[in-house]
This record gives sequence, structure tokens and C-alpha cells, in this order.
Amino acid sequence: MADLIKLVEQEFATVRQSLPSFKPGDTVNVHVKIKEGNKERIQQFQGTVIQRKNPGTNGETFTVRKVSNGVGVERIFPLVSPTIDKIEVMKQGKVRRAKLYYMKGRHGKAARIKEKV
Amino acid sequence: MPGIIGKKIGMTSIFGPDGESIPCTVIEAGPCVVTQVKNEDTDGYRAVQLSFGEKKEKNTTKAAIGHFKKANTTPKRNTVEFRDFRKEFDGMVELGKEIRIQDVFVEGDFLDAVGTSKGRGFQGVVKRHGFAGVGGQTHGQHNRLRAPGSMGNASFASRVIKGKRLGGRMGSDRVKVMNLKVVKIMPDQNLIVISGSVPGAKNSTVILQK
Repeated sequence: MADLIKLVEQEFATVRQSLPSFKPGDTVNVHVKIKEGNKERIQQFQGTVIQRKNPGTNGETFTVRKVSNGVGVERIFPLVSPTIDKIEVMKQGKVRRAKLYYMKGRHGKAARIKEKV
Repeated sequence: MPGIIGKKIGMTSIFGPDGESIPCTVIEAGPCVVTQVKNEDTDGYRAVQLSFGEKKEKNTTKAAIGHFKKANTTPKRNTVEFRDFRKEFDGMVELGKEIRIQDVFVEGDFLDAVGTSKGRGFQGVVKRHGFAGVGGQTHGQHNRLRAPGSMGNASFASRVIKGKRLGGRMGSDRVKVMNLKVVKIMPDQNLIVISGSVPGAKNSTVILQK
């Protein structure tokens, strides 16, 4: 039965395959298409992935956190949305948790993530 | 109105061209078999009876087996009558003929979905009828937070009016949701994707009408 839902979601499977694989802890640069009137431009959002939700479905989202001017900013992106132009993986992080909620309370030196080597 | 019987598979989301996420229900609809055609001469009204889903012969009454045999088909689980199937279907609706999803709906159509809502058991008035409950938690409230309040008046009436909304069994009702858009039709798999939610649990029967 779940297979029948997979069939419906199949049209977005190619979108999923075209994206790089990334995990919580990785630093990514997300290129988002933004429509302003008739014009379309691309905005970049670079930060740490702190969670991926509902994996394997069309409703999959990931949260990217960055600190901008001393203020923490988190943005949630739908993974297979056509508004996402591309995702660049800048750094792979070494973390021991799937959801990095502990990052929310940290700043400066404490908010570092070890890089995978 | 024309329609078809189906089974609810589940929900997912589909993205539109502008990136908007459309919540969708996937329904396995048809193929249905015409098991009876009623007309004005013999029955007094025009209707088409469709049947859907397989059923074991040992679990079917002999009368039902005979009814399905007339249409040259195996016993079916669900049988629904649709009144006034539109004129353009006249050639197609004959006893024993199969009706598929693409015969009835095209993408972009609006349809009504009828299902049996999920049973909720015995529920109080706050959940069942949307009562507000008793204001706040303070000012002497102890255990009446979700109570219905006054039942009625004292001297006149002196009784509770019939039809007063109270707690009781909720859900398992026949619910119709109107004007749902057909997002996609997949004829090979007999699947139809409808924007929005449809009453009932997964695997429950859904009637789709135009």
C-alpha cells in the first residue's frame, strides 16, 4: 500500500537523485529561487544542517542554521521543492546525533562541529 | 451523477510549479463493474449500480452471488447506486461493463468524496460540538474545565429540550467533502490523486462523485 504512494511520489524521485547526499552536521549552501514580480533570482543560504525530517517522502524537509550578525537564523526547506535550485555541500561534520537541537543554545567556540576526515 | 468507488490509500504532498506544496490524498478507484441498470420503466428512476473490490464466494450470500452472476462477474465487496449517471455514459453503462477511473474523471475536475469518518468513541461536548468549556482554570474551577454548563431553564420548560447537544459517540459517520480538485490520474494503476483530505481511515471505502 505504501508502494502505491511511492508510485505517486515517483515523479519527484529524479529531483531527489539530482541532489547531493548530506547529513545533520554538514555545512551546506542552499540556492533558493525567489520570485519578485516577474523576475526570478537566486538567494543563497549557507549554514549547518541541524535536522532532516520525514525522510524518504515528498514531505521531507531539512533545517539549516546559521548565525547572522550575532542572531541565530534557522530556515526550513522542503527537499524536493522546485524552488530549490541546488544544494552544495561545503563541509561534512562529525556528529553523534540525528537532530542537533543542542546547537540552538550555543554560540562562538561551543558551537563548532568537528569536521569529518 | 456519475461517480466511482475506491479505497483510500493514504496522503502525501505534491509540489506545484511555483513550489507550493499541495496536500493530496491517494485513492485506488475502480475498476468498477456495472451490476445493475435501473430505468424509469421498471424501477421508476434512472440509476446505475456499481460494484468494487473482491470478496470470497464463501462469504457471500447466495442471493448476492446470483445478483453478481447476472452481470457475469465475481462477488464484490462494495455496491453503490449512483442516480442519474449522465447521458453521455448511456452507451457505456451496460450490465457487466467495467468502468475505470479515466472514464469518469479528468485531471482538473472537481469532485465530492464520501467516506465514513474515523470513530472517536465517547467524546465530551468540547471535542464533539466545539463548546468552549468553562472559561479559565482559576476562579474556583476545580474539575469542570470541559463541562457543558447549564442544561436549560428552571421554571419554564423545567426539562431539557430535545436535541440538546451533549457528549456521546463521535465519528463513524458518513461525511461528504465537496469540491476537491483532481490533481492527477494514473490510469495504469487505477490511482487518483485528490487535493485535500478525505474522511476515513486508510483502506476504507470512498465514493467519488462528480
